[in-house]
Amino acid sequence: MYKYTIKRILLMVPTLFGAAVLVFFLLRLIPGDICELRLAGTGGYVDDEAVKICQQENNLDKPQYVQFFDWIAGFARGDLGTSMWTGQPITHEIALRFELSLQVAIMATVISILLAIPLGTISAIKQDTWIDYVVRGFSIAGIAMPSFWLGILIILGLLITTQAWFGGAWMPPIHYTPIWEDPVANLSQLIWPALATGYRYSAVATRMTRSAMLEVLREDYVRTARAKGLKEQVIVNRHALKNALLPVVTVIGIEFAFLMGGLVVTEQVFNLNGLGKLFVEAVTNHDYTLTQSLVMLVALIFVVTNFLVDLLYAWLDPRIRYS
Amino acid sequence: MATTCQSWIVYRQVSSIDTGAREILPFRFGYACNALPLPNGVSVTALLEIEDLRTQFFTSAGTVQAVDGISYTVEPGETVAIVGESGCGKSVGALSILQLIPDPPGRIVGGAIRFQGRDLLQASDQEMRDIRGRDIAMVFQEPMTSLNPVLTIGRQLTETLEHHLGMSRPDADARALELLGMVGISDPKRRLRQYPHHLSGGMRQRVMIAMALCCEPKLIIADEPTTALDVTIQAQILELMKDLTKRLGVALIVITHNLGVVARYADRVNVMYAGKIIERGDAGEIYRNPRHPYTLGLLRSVPRMDLPRKDKLDPIEGQPPDLTRLDGGCPFRPRCRFAVDRCATEMPRLEAVDGEHFSACWQADALTATERVAS
Repeated sequence: MYKYTIKRILLMVPTLFGAAVLVFFLLRLIPGDICELRLAGTGGYVDDEAVKICQQENNLDKPQYVQFFDWIAGFARGDLGTSMWTGQPITHEIALRFELSLQVAIMATVISILLAIPLGTISAIKQDTWIDYVVRGFSIAGIAMPSFWLGILIILGLLITTQAWFGGAWMPPIHYTPIWEDPVANLSQLIWPALATGYRYSAVATRMTRSAMLEVLREDYVRTARAKGLKEQVIVNRHALKNALLPVVTVIGIEFAFLMGGLVVTEQVFNLNGLGKLFVEAVTNHDYTLTQSLVMLVALIFVVTNFLVDLLYAWLDPRIRYS
Repeated sequence: MATTCQSWIVYRQVSSIDTGAREILPFRFGYACNALPLPNGVSVTALLEIEDLRTQFFTSAGTVQAVDGISYTVEPGETVAIVGESGCGKSVGALSILQLIPDPPGRIVGGAIRFQGRDLLQASDQEMRDIRGRDIAMVFQEPMTSLNPVLTIGRQLTETLEHHLGMSRPDADARALELLGMVGISDPKRRLRQYPHHLSGGMRQRVMIAMALCCEPKLIIADEPTTALDVTIQAQILELMKDLTKRLGVALIVITHNLGVVARYADRVNVMYAGKIIERGDAGEIYRNPRHPYTLGLLRSVPRMDLPRKDKLDPIEGQPPDLTRLDGGCPFRPRCRFAVDRCATEMPRLEAVDGEHFSACWQADALTATERVAS
């Protein structure tokens, strides 16, 4: 197990290197130039000399392979460089947004687990009853509703209900406060996007839990547990659930990784300054260094999440032993 | 009496050759003579009394009459075999006793299952849970899949003890250790912490038996306990079950299609075909003197080492009937060599042909005369 862990961690390096190669050269295939964009973005005249100076400042005049190895070398040292657009260090650009996105992703994942596992289990136990139909309807609705739309509904609902019940309309705060500074303000802002996305991502996990549970409940060992006279609750919680969780864990792991960088529209709706928004800005601005760092960050999150999911597998199912 | 003992010796020898184990003949001999008079309904109250049990499966293809009005009894400490080919309803009948039939599609639609005089079909869910695992335990066919892969052997043993007997974890652990020793598992301390995939098939079945013995039940139902095991292991497991049930005075229902198992380990036998019991009697008697053409066919399709070697076996031709389309006649008639016109219209009842020997066949009497001479 120890050896496996080391091996897996070492294997992350080539994976990340591959991602780096891809993102670096693909980005440079996009037509356009950050310096022209920055200086002539509004359509005015720009001096060729100014563009050249800008390119020199950002090392864009060097051959691409030199740029690439410079970047990789910096990356290995933990120096992500500066944003080509703002000139600020990239760590500074990412740090605050990362904090926000991570918190939303964790909260959304927790909400999605809290919804998916109980609902999926109940739905499987009560298969083909009205409870099952309600749960399935609820989760289908989650898949069908885009989370930004749900987000708008939540904001509207908040405005209307607070107006009706308390006499004054209340809206989630617009400015981000870190959770350690003011947990109440922080949560009252972030709980809503987390609910909207958590609900949406619970849908797949709910259906996964349901089908895995249905399969497991037909297994011989569940019959054995029944033959022992155990209570249905014990049978489900102790005997069935742990067996049914394997596929669910995979889905939730992938979702978590996606939530870290993929919430572009939801962030827009809730006016959050998260990684998704930064991502879009970086790409439209041709901000190579920032985009590269963001992609690498998301790739790293994916790789690490996958690794953690594999470790969780071994914990859930003793038959899986890595060596 | 003397003749019965004699025949038991012969018959035990035959069966021991069948199963490849023959070490305990003298013991068997004594046991057979002593035990013979007991099973034949002498005891006052039966431990288990099944009366006209009907279990059906409601499927899209129609209603499957898996168990169609079977009745039998099990006396305390007795071993009863239920024999028949795949799909004859023997497992469903056994699962019905503990109401473990998946519903839907299955349902017990009629009859009574009296355990110690109490009808289990009238019991509440809670009462049934109290009986399962404590008074009546089960050993299943597939030791590979019947143990939970993600729980340790120890946990799977202790949970029953904690649930039914209210034992604390350390007490349950100690008892589990003792149980593993009892079923002949070496190094039980280490095994308790292991998972099922660390154990071989035979070991797992021993664990299943230990689980069944946990709360010292009065009845164990073993559903094809050895079918999934190697032949050498089969004999070991059966010996173990026989030994433990005798020692602890537990009654045993063995469901099997293996006549060698029946002959060696059962006191009484119920032969099932198409959801019905078609022959019942003392194990030796049925083996020696079958009074139903199906039983006869079953015996003939097994290689015998005590008879002159034939070129090939004599299997029963044809397939078992579709249980969704049974008519009023005898379900075995299309495959039966002795069928007469009456078989097509009327299902014979299970009637005594000779003392405690019952057969459901219009030709039961003719069978003795013609067939035994022929064989």
